[in-house]
Order: sequence, then C-alpha cells, then structure tokens
Amino acid sequence: MAKKKKEKTIRKPLFDRIFPPRTIMVGDQSVQKPRSRTWLIMIFMLAVVWGSVIVTKFDIGIVIRRGYQLTVILAKVFNPDWSYLNKVINPLLDTIKMSVLGSVIGSTLALPFAVMASTNINKSGWLVAILRVILNVIRTLPTLVIASICALIFGLGTFAGTVAITVFTFGIVAKMLYESIETIDMGAFEAMEALGASKFQAFWSAVMPQVLPTYLSHSLYSFEINIRAATILGYVGAGGLGILINERIGWRDYEGLGTVLITLFVVVLIIENTSQYLRRKLS
Amino acid sequence: MQRVLNPIEEMYENRPRRWWLYTIIVLCSALILGWSGNAIQFKGLASKGSEVAYGIFYGIINPDMTLLWNLTPEGVPYMLFETIAIAVLGTLIGGLLAVPVSFLAAENIMPKWAAFIFRAFILLIRTIPSLVWALVWIRVTGPGPFCGVVTQSICSIGMISKMYINAIEDLDTKILESLDAAGCTRFQKIRYGILPQLYANFVSTLIYRFDINIKDATTLGIVGAGGIGAALVQSINSRRWSMVGAFLVGMVILMLIIELFSTRIRNKLARG
Repeated sequence: MAKKKKEKTIRKPLFDRIFPPRTIMVGDQSVQKPRSRTWLIMIFMLAVVWGSVIVTKFDIGIVIRRGYQLTVILAKVFNPDWSYLNKVINPLLDTIKMSVLGSVIGSTLALPFAVMASTNINKSGWLVAILRVILNVIRTLPTLVIASICALIFGLGTFAGTVAITVFTFGIVAKMLYESIETIDMGAFEAMEALGASKFQAFWSAVMPQVLPTYLSHSLYSFEINIRAATILGYVGAGGLGILINERIGWRDYEGLGTVLITLFVVVLIIENTSQYLRRKLS
Repeated sequence: MQRVLNPIEEMYENRPRRWWLYTIIVLCSALILGWSGNAIQFKGLASKGSEVAYGIFYGIINPDMTLLWNLTPEGVPYMLFETIAIAVLGTLIGGLLAVPVSFLAAENIMPKWAAFIFRAFILLIRTIPSLVWALVWIRVTGPGPFCGVVTQSICSIGMISKMYINAIEDLDTKILESLDAAGCTRFQKIRYGILPQLYANFVSTLIYRFDINIKDATTLGIVGAGGIGAALVQSINSRRWSMVGAFLVGMVILMLIIELFSTRIRNKLARG
C-alpha cells in the first residue's frame, strides 16, 4: 500500500506527459509502455550536426580534392632522414625527464588533496566542495595553455614544461584518487579510530595499504598520458620535442619530422608497455 | 628457547617479507628521479614574471565582460560554439571511421596477425600528438575550423577504436547461436544479437571522447585550426589580461557543464 502511494507522487518526465505512454493489456493486467524517444534524440542530433556543419564550413570536397597533399607529406614522414637522429636524442630525453619529474611531483602533491577531498574521510562538507571545485577547474585547463602561461612566468625552457605537467598530473591523479578512496572498505579505519588512533595514524595503516596500488597505478597512467602531452609543450616554448616538431614542419622538412615522430613512437611504445605491465602487476 | 606461538602470531611471523624487492624498487625510482632532476633548471622568474602572474590573476577576477557577452564571431560565446561544433563533428566522424577499424582489429573476428597489423596502425594514430596532425592537415585544408574537424576525426580513431575493441572482444557469441537456432537471418542476428550488446558501450565511448575533444579543440586553435585557442594564446602573448580572463572563464564554464552532462549520461548508460 505504502509503495503504491509513493509511485503516485513521482512526477512524470515532461516527455511522458506530452506523449502519454501506451497501455498494453496482457490478460487482465495492464502494462505502460513509454513511447519511443529515438525520434526526439534523432532530431536533436541532426540539428546539432547541421549547425556544426555550417559553423565549421564543413566541405568534404576539399579533403577529396587536396587529399594527395597528405599522402605526399606522409610518404616523406615514413621515409625518415636518420642523420637527423642525433639532434633528436637530447630534446627527447628532456621530454622524458619533464614528464617523469612532473608526474612524480604532481602525484605526490595530489595525495594530501585527494584525501581531503574524499567525503568518507573528510566530514566537513564545505571544505570538500571547495576542494573539488578547485580540482575540477584545474583539470579543465588544457596543458598547452598552462604551459604557455608558465613559459611567460618562468621563462622559456624545460622548467615551465615541468610545472605545466605537474599541474595537469595533480588535477587528474587527485580526482581519480579521491574516487577510489571513496570506494574503499572503511571498517578498518573506523576500528582503528575506535581504538584511539589519531586520524592520520588510522589513515596511514588502514586506508593507505588499500589505496596504494591504485594510487601507483593512477600515477603510472598519468605518466603515460604525460609523455605524449609533453611532446607538444615545446610548441609554446616549454622545452622538449615540440620545438623540433614545430621547426621541422615550419621548414617543410618532413623527412626530419619523420625521424622525430618515429623515435617518439618507439619510445612511447616501450614506456606504455612497461607501464601497463607494472599496472597489471599492481592490480 | 622455543616460544609457543598462537596461530595469529604465527601467521604474523610468517608474513611475506619482500624487503629486497622494495629496496630494488626504491633504488630504481631514486635513480630515475636523480637522472631526471637536471631537467629543472630554475633560473628564477623570467623578467616581468611576477608581473605576468599578477596580470593573469587580475584578469581572471576582472574578465572582459563585453567580450564575454559579445555575440558576434569575435565574442567568447561564438568561439565556444565553434569549439563545440568542431568536437561534435570530429567525434561523430571519428566514431564512424573507428567502427570498421576496430572490427578489423578485434582478435575474436580476425586472424591474429591481421588484428596485430591494425592494432599497430591504431597505436600509430594515437602516438602522434593531435597538434602534429593539425599542423599536417593544415597543409591540406588551410587554416580554419574545418581543419580542426578533420584533425579530430583522425585523432579520435585511436582511442575510440581501443575502447570499441574491448567491447567487441567481450561479445557474448552464445546469443548468436541461439538466434541461429531460432532461424534468424544474418541481418536479424546483427540487429538483435550484436547491436544491443555494443550500443551502450559505443555511445558511452563517444561521449567520453567528446569530452576529451572539447578540451583538445581549445588547444588546436593555437596552430590555427579554429576554436577558442587561437584568440586565447594571442591575448596571452599580447598581455591583455582581462581578455585572457574572459576566454579562460568561458572555457572553464563550458567544460564544467559538458563534463557534468557527460558523466551523467554515461552513468545512465552504464546502469542501463
């Protein structure tokens, strides 16, 4: 009886009020079958796509007519100029160093903030809300924009890139980490608090062992992303491979570009496989 | 003297001790960190560095309101709209192109060697940064938002097919057998046996990628591929901080809204 009353008070969605559901009789029982919403979603999607086509001046003809340009470029990229390799090594190492340092510093900084932003450990709601807003805003800023601001503040070079990667890593690791802290088993934490452990002690010995593998896994994952992100930071003067890439394309030296890209491909392949192997071990 | 241990203490005494493993891990990490430490060459702030920092802070607090509400193509709303448009088309086309690629790269459909070739192809697309793709495509399409669309269509294939492949390889083929037994045609088998299994996953992937593409579209503008990025970087370089503030505020608000909606829809799709 109580359940029936509750169902009556639920407000129907607007769609169901405009287009009432069809009633199907099955024997002596009736079933309400809501009308299909596919056409509504379809119309909405078509309108969005049509608007986008107009705004972006979409013209597939250009790609068909001038597509051969791409094949010309790609042919040169896949025919790399290996004599250029010794100039690639140093910026490449810079890129790796930037992402290693940025990932380590960023994920270390993320740990305390993630703990403070998880609702099951930090009981003060307003602090959690403020922290989450800050973390969200940090995450929405594109790395390249952070890097170009850092390049103005700290001067051109790898330091600006490292700061940009640190900020980015901080944003995503903190978010992923507070989400996993919120799913852990709080029994051990509460038991330790009941025994008189301080909040920090309880966290250290009850929560930390549970989240440590996920934390390391998140950090490695962000490191994988960072390696790829760091390669383009040079474009705004923040050090690494980006400077070379920009320069090669500017001079239309696609053979040199090919060397840079293929070296990058190999390095990313090695790092991704290592990191995925480690992450599988962790989980 | 042998101490008598109760079972709990005995278990505790026999706990796995892998201190040598931990030592090796710590040593390796320390070595890598020390090696990369010289990337930080802190030469103090750039001349006027603190001025820049103050300027940005000032700009975010006092964004250029006229720019924020300007509805002409120079204003923030139009640029954000253009960014969304690029991401919508890029994601949709990328999602369509990814379907054949991912079926070809799924190990339960293709022979192993063929799947491997397509996987390498996907990895190649994923490794090349989207900015580089944009710089290459600009030679084809010329600068403008269309370049952004084409770039994102290609870049999206990488991640989208990676997720598609996972969904395809998890397909439950027993359903097909039972549909076969019920006498379904090939088309009916695809319509009722395969599509319902993939649909939610594919849509969820597309929405996730749309989220990423919106963010990516803002940076593509830096190389001239449309969107808000170009204007943002120009105003940063010419140090017009209240303009920078307006662009940043607009961008952050847009992305927060999109993320909110995309997580909500994806949660709904995941729960069915």
